[in-house]
Amino acid sequence: MNDQHEIRLAADIGGTFTDVVLEAGSQSFSTKVLTTPQAPELGVMEGFEEVLVQAGGHASDVTLFIHGTTLGTNALIERKGAKTAFLTTEGFRDILEMGHERRFEHYDIFLDKPEPLVPRPLRFPVTERMSARGETLIALDDSGLLKTIEQLKEARVEAVAVGLLHAYAHPAHEQRIREILAAELPEVIVCLSSEVCPEMREYERFSTTCANAYIRPLMSGYLQRLQALTQERGMACPLLLMMSGGGVTTLENAVRFPIRLVESGPAGGAILAGKVALECGVREALSLDMGGTTAKICLIENGVPERSRRFEVARMYRDLKGSGLPVRIPVIEMVEIGAGGGSIAQVDEMGRIKVGPESAGSEPGPVCYGRGGTRATVTDANLVLGKLDPERFAGGKIALDSGKSEAALTQGIGGKLGLEGHWPAAGVIEIVEENMANAARVHAIERGKVIGHHTMIAFGGGAPLHAGRLAQKLGISRVVIPSGAGVGSAIGFLRAPVSYEVVRSLMVEFREFDAFQVNQLLEEMSAEARRVVAQGIAGSNDFPEERVVELRYLGQGHELRIPLPDRPLEPKDAETLREQFEELYEAVYGLRIPDMEVQSVSWSVTVTTKTEVPEKVSDVVEEASALPLSHRKVYDPLAGEQAECPVYWRFDLNPGVRISGPAVIAEEATSTIVPSHFSAAINSLGHIVMQALALEQKND
Amino acid sequence: MTEAALTQIHQQVMWNRLIAVVEEQAQAILRTAFGSVVREAGDLSTGIYDLQGRMIAQAVTGTPGHVNTMARAVGHFLARFPVDSMHSGDIFVTNDPWMGTGHLFDFVVVSPAYHKGNAVALFASTCHVIDVGGRGFSAEAKSVFEEGIRIPHMKLRDQGRLNEDLLRILEANSRNPVEVKGDILSLVSCNDTGEARLQDMMGEFALDSIEPLAEFILDNSRKAMQKAIAAVPQGEYPTKMVLDGYESPLTLRAVMRVMEEEILIDYSGSSPVSAYGINSPLCYTEAYTFFGLKCILAPEVPNNHGSLSLFRIVAEPGSAVHPLPPSPVTARHVIGQMLPDVAFGCLAQALKGQVPAESAGSIWVLPFADTGQGTSRFNVMNIGMGGVGARPGKDGLSVTAFPSGVGAIPVEVTESDSPLVFWRKEFLPDSGGPGAFRGGLGQVIEVGNTVAAPFTISAATFDRIHNPPRGREGGHAGRAGKAQLVSGMAFADKAVYTVPDGDRLRVELPGGGGLGDPQKRDRQRIRQDLEAGYVTPKGTTRDYGCSDG
Repeated sequence: MNDQHEIRLAADIGGTFTDVVLEAGSQSFSTKVLTTPQAPELGVMEGFEEVLVQAGGHASDVTLFIHGTTLGTNALIERKGAKTAFLTTEGFRDILEMGHERRFEHYDIFLDKPEPLVPRPLRFPVTERMSARGETLIALDDSGLLKTIEQLKEARVEAVAVGLLHAYAHPAHEQRIREILAAELPEVIVCLSSEVCPEMREYERFSTTCANAYIRPLMSGYLQRLQALTQERGMACPLLLMMSGGGVTTLENAVRFPIRLVESGPAGGAILAGKVALECGVREALSLDMGGTTAKICLIENGVPERSRRFEVARMYRDLKGSGLPVRIPVIEMVEIGAGGGSIAQVDEMGRIKVGPESAGSEPGPVCYGRGGTRATVTDANLVLGKLDPERFAGGKIALDSGKSEAALTQGIGGKLGLEGHWPAAGVIEIVEENMANAARVHAIERGKVIGHHTMIAFGGGAPLHAGRLAQKLGISRVVIPSGAGVGSAIGFLRAPVSYEVVRSLMVEFREFDAFQVNQLLEEMSAEARRVVAQGIAGSNDFPEERVVELRYLGQGHELRIPLPDRPLEPKDAETLREQFEELYEAVYGLRIPDMEVQSVSWSVTVTTKTEVPEKVSDVVEEASALPLSHRKVYDPLAGEQAECPVYWRFDLNPGVRISGPAVIAEEATSTIVPSHFSAAINSLGHIVMQALALEQKND
Repeated sequence: MTEAALTQIHQQVMWNRLIAVVEEQAQAILRTAFGSVVREAGDLSTGIYDLQGRMIAQAVTGTPGHVNTMARAVGHFLARFPVDSMHSGDIFVTNDPWMGTGHLFDFVVVSPAYHKGNAVALFASTCHVIDVGGRGFSAEAKSVFEEGIRIPHMKLRDQGRLNEDLLRILEANSRNPVEVKGDILSLVSCNDTGEARLQDMMGEFALDSIEPLAEFILDNSRKAMQKAIAAVPQGEYPTKMVLDGYESPLTLRAVMRVMEEEILIDYSGSSPVSAYGINSPLCYTEAYTFFGLKCILAPEVPNNHGSLSLFRIVAEPGSAVHPLPPSPVTARHVIGQMLPDVAFGCLAQALKGQVPAESAGSIWVLPFADTGQGTSRFNVMNIGMGGVGARPGKDGLSVTAFPSGVGAIPVEVTESDSPLVFWRKEFLPDSGGPGAFRGGLGQVIEVGNTVAAPFTISAATFDRIHNPPRGREGGHAGRAGKAQLVSGMAFADKAVYTVPDGDRLRVELPGGGGLGDPQKRDRQRIRQDLEAGYVTPKGTTRDYGCSDG
C-alpha cells in the first residue's frame, strides 16, 4: 500500500463480534474480533491494529473513522444503564410505569409488563402545569424543585430525565428546570423531553427521554475513551457515529442523544443494501439481513432505506409488539423477527412447528457445533437439508456434525409429528421462511408497497441460504447477494452520509395554512441541522436537505409522510400537498375520505452531506463458464425432495459466469442456495445476481 | 409420506399466513381510524371466516368482546344474506346489539372474499365509533330506541358502490359525524386489504377453496381444547358474584358443568334486566365467558370456532345476562367484563391454585361533554383501568385492562381534543388487595376544565364501588372504586353528573384482589412495596401486621 495514503475505517460492535473494516483506495480489509464488553474500545482497537497490519498503513493515514454500536441497546436490554431520576408534572409520576395500560397478549394471564427504566422512588413530581394550548395553568415552583434536588443529591443519581406534560410544544418549564439543575447539580446529566423527543403522547415521549438519560453516562464515557485511544494512537480525524436513522453524526451530538444510536448496526446494513441497489440499478429493493439471532427486513427506494420514528427496544416477550420500551427517534424502518441461524425449533401443544425467537446464540450454539447444544436450530435444519457444507463452514474452523443435527430434529420435531428423515428439517425451514415472508409482506403493506416489484438484497450469515426460497414465496424475481456480506453493517457505515434530522410538532389545519409560520419553523430547524452536520464535515457548506411533513385527515391518529419542495412554501402549496396526501392515502388504504380536512402533525428537516452515487454496473460482463467443486444432495422445497446439486466455490466464479439452479455457491461464512427455476450470475463487482427464469424469459 | 408431509407443512404455513392476513386487516383500521377510542385505545377486532360462518383466525390486535361476538355475528349475516346472494364488492353492515357485538356503538362489517370468481371466505371487522346519537355513552336510556340509531343488516357497499345514503343518515344522527363516517370507511378498507391478501395466498398455493385448510385448523384447535377440558375434573361448580348495578345490586349466578368433552356455564338465577343500559346481550355474555374459560384452560390454543365450539352457555331470557330487545344495553360491558371473573370463580374450585383473584373487571369509560354553557363544544372519551387480580406465584398487574384488550388514551390527546385538564393520574397506594401475592393497584384520576364552564361525566360504567374485587385462597379484597366531585359529593349511582365550573371530577379505580394469606407474603416483597410507595407504612401495619417488612 504505497500509493494509497487515505484510509477509511469502520467498526461495528455487536453482541458477540466486533467487525472492523478498512478501505484504502479500492482495496478493502476486514476482521472480526470478540467483543470486549467491559471495555469495548479495546476490541475496536485490537481489530483496528489487525486491519492496519493487513493493509500496511499508518494510524495517521486514517481520514475517516465511523463507528456504530449496540452497546446502548444491550444496556437497555440488560438494564445496566445509569442510576436515573425522572422529574415530571405533579400527578403523573406513574405514567412511565402504567405504559399503555394494556396487555399485549390477550390470553396469557401470567404476562409481565416491561419494567420502567426509572423505578418509582426515583420518579419525582414537579409542581407546574402547561395546558395543551400553552397557557401556564400552574407556574413552576422553584423552591419545591430545590427540595427535590436535595433528594436527587442524596440518591446520588447519575442522570436526570425531565418530562412535563405538553412540553413537546411548550418547553419553557423544562428549560427552566435545566437551568436550576445546572446550577445545583452541575455534574449530573440532564435530558429534556422537549429536546430528545418533541412529540405528543406522554408515555412514548417520557419513555424515550428516560432511555436517553439512562444510557447517556455509559455511552458518553465509552465514546470519549475511544476517541482518546484513537488520538493517542495517532489518528487525527474526528470520530463519527452511525445513527439508527442511517446517517452519521458527530461525537458531540452522539453524546447528547445516544438513544439515536441504538440500532446503528442494522442501519449500516440497510445503507449497504441501498448502495448495492444503486449499483445494480434497482429502484425498489427489499433488504434481508439475517444473523444468528434475528432477521431484519427493510424496504429501500432509489437507494434510500425507508425511515420512521416509532421503535421499541428490549422486547421481553416473544417479539410481541408492546412488550418492550417505546422510543420515538429517527430510525430506518425495519421489521426484526426472531429468525436467525441459532433460532430454536420446537413443536407446540397444538402440534405446530415453532421457530424462535429463543436462540441458541454462539454458546452453546446449534447442535451441529458439538458444543453442548441439544435443541435443534435453523442451522441444524439447513445442514440436514444439504444447504451447508459440513467441512467448509466458517472457513473450516467449525466442523459440523449433521448426524447430531438429524438426531435432535428427529427427537424434537419428527417424533412429535410423525415425520421422518429430512422432513422435520424441511418443516422447520418452511416455517422459518414463511415467518420471514409474512413479516416482509405485512411490513410492505404497512408501508403501502407491492412486494413483488422489489429486488431482494440479502446479506449476513444466514440470508443467502434462504433468500431464493423467500423470493419465490414473495413473488420476487431478482435477488442480489453482495460481496463482503459477512461484515455488511460495517461496510455500510462507510457508505453513510453525515446527516441530521430535526423534528418538530406543529399542527396546522390546511384550510388555515400559514406559509410564513411554517417557513419560519422550517428555517430554524434547517439551521439547527446544518450546525450539527457542519461540525462533522470541515469546509463544505453545500448540503442537500430533505423536508417532510406528516399529514393525516383531521381526527386520525396516524400519519403519512409527504415530501416538501426544497424552497420556502407558498400559500398555494397547501392544495398541492393535500392532493399528494390524498393520492398516497388512496394508494395505501384503497379510498379517499371526501370533504375531510387535512392536518399536519409534525415537520422534519434532514440535512445530509452529498453521497457519491455509485456507477451502475452491468449484470453480465461476458459469458464464462465454471466448474463445480463437488455435488451433493440438497432439498428442493418446490419438489419436496432431495436433488443432486452442483456446489461452486464463490471465489472460483469470475464475473460473467452464469449458472442454473438448483445449485449451491459456497463461501467461508455462508452458502447461497440457487433454487430451481432461478439462474445466478456474477456481476462485475462480484455480487451474485439471481433471476427467476420465467420472468427473465418474459422480459427478453 | 412425501405428499402427506408436504401437505401438512403447507397447512401449517397457510395457518400462519391467515393470522398475518387478519393482523394486517387490524393494523389497517388502527392507522385509518378517526375515533380516539379506536386509534389510541384499540377498541376493534378483525377475523376471517369460512363460508359456513365459522371463525378460522382472529387478529392479535383487538379486544375479546369484539372477537368472540363477531364469531357469532357472521352467522346472523349469513342467515339474512346467504353466500349465494352475495357479489364481489359487496359489504354488509349492522350495529344491532343482538346481531352484532352487544351495543349500538360497534359497527360490524362483513364482506365476502372472491377467488377465481367464486366466494371462498368471509372477512369481518368491527370498531367502536364515538357517537351514534341517542343519549350518548350513558346508561340513561330506558330502551334501545333511546340509545341511538340502529342499523339492521344491510349493504354498506353494493358491488363496489358505497351506500352514500346510509353514510349520510349516520352522519346526521351523530354528535361526531366526521369521526363516525371515517371509522366506518376504515372498516371497508381493512376488509378489502384482507381479501387481496387471501387471494395472494390462494394463488401461491394453488387453492380453489379454503375448506380443507379450515377443517385442518378447526380440527386441530378443537382437539387441543378437548385435551385441555379433559384435564379438568368433571362435575358441577357453582359460584356467585354481586355487583353494584344501577337501581339495585345485581347478582350473577353461574354453575359450570364440566363434561367429558364440553363445558357448559349456566347463568340461571342471575338478576333480571336492569331498567338502565348496563345489560349484557347474550352474544356479549357468551364472548366474555368463553374468554375467561380459555385464559385458564388453554391460553395457547388459537381462538377460533374449533376451540370455542366446546363451550356453551345457558341464560334465562329477560335476565341481565340475556336481555331481549328493546332493553337498553349501551354500557353492557359493566356486566360482560365481569364474567371472566365469574368463570374464574367456578374454575378456582376445579383447579385449585391455578386461578387468579378477582380484578377491577369492567373498564371505566370516562365520557366527557360540554353542557351547552360557555363557548367550547366537545364530546370526548378517556378510559380508566383498575388493578388486575393477584396471580398464582405473581402479584397482579397494576392499572391494566383485564379482560378488555383496549389500552389507554393519552392525556395529551384528550386535552388537545377538548378544554379539559387532567390534574392527576397516578397509582393509588394500598389499593391492591393484600395477600401472599398482592392485587394490582388501581389509580386515581382528577379532571377539571380550563375554561369557566361546567361539564358532564357519565358514571354508567363505574362499578365495584360497593363490591370490591374479592381475594382468593385467603387473600383480601382490593380497594373498592370511588367517584366524586373533589369538593365532596360522592356519586350515588350510574347517572350522568355535572361537574360545576371550578370543581373537579375525581375517580378512584378499584385495585385487584389478593391471593393467599397476607401473613405468608415474602417480607422482601413487602419491603420493596414500601420503598416504591405501592403500600403505605400504615397500610402495611393494617394489612400485613408489620410496618417495616
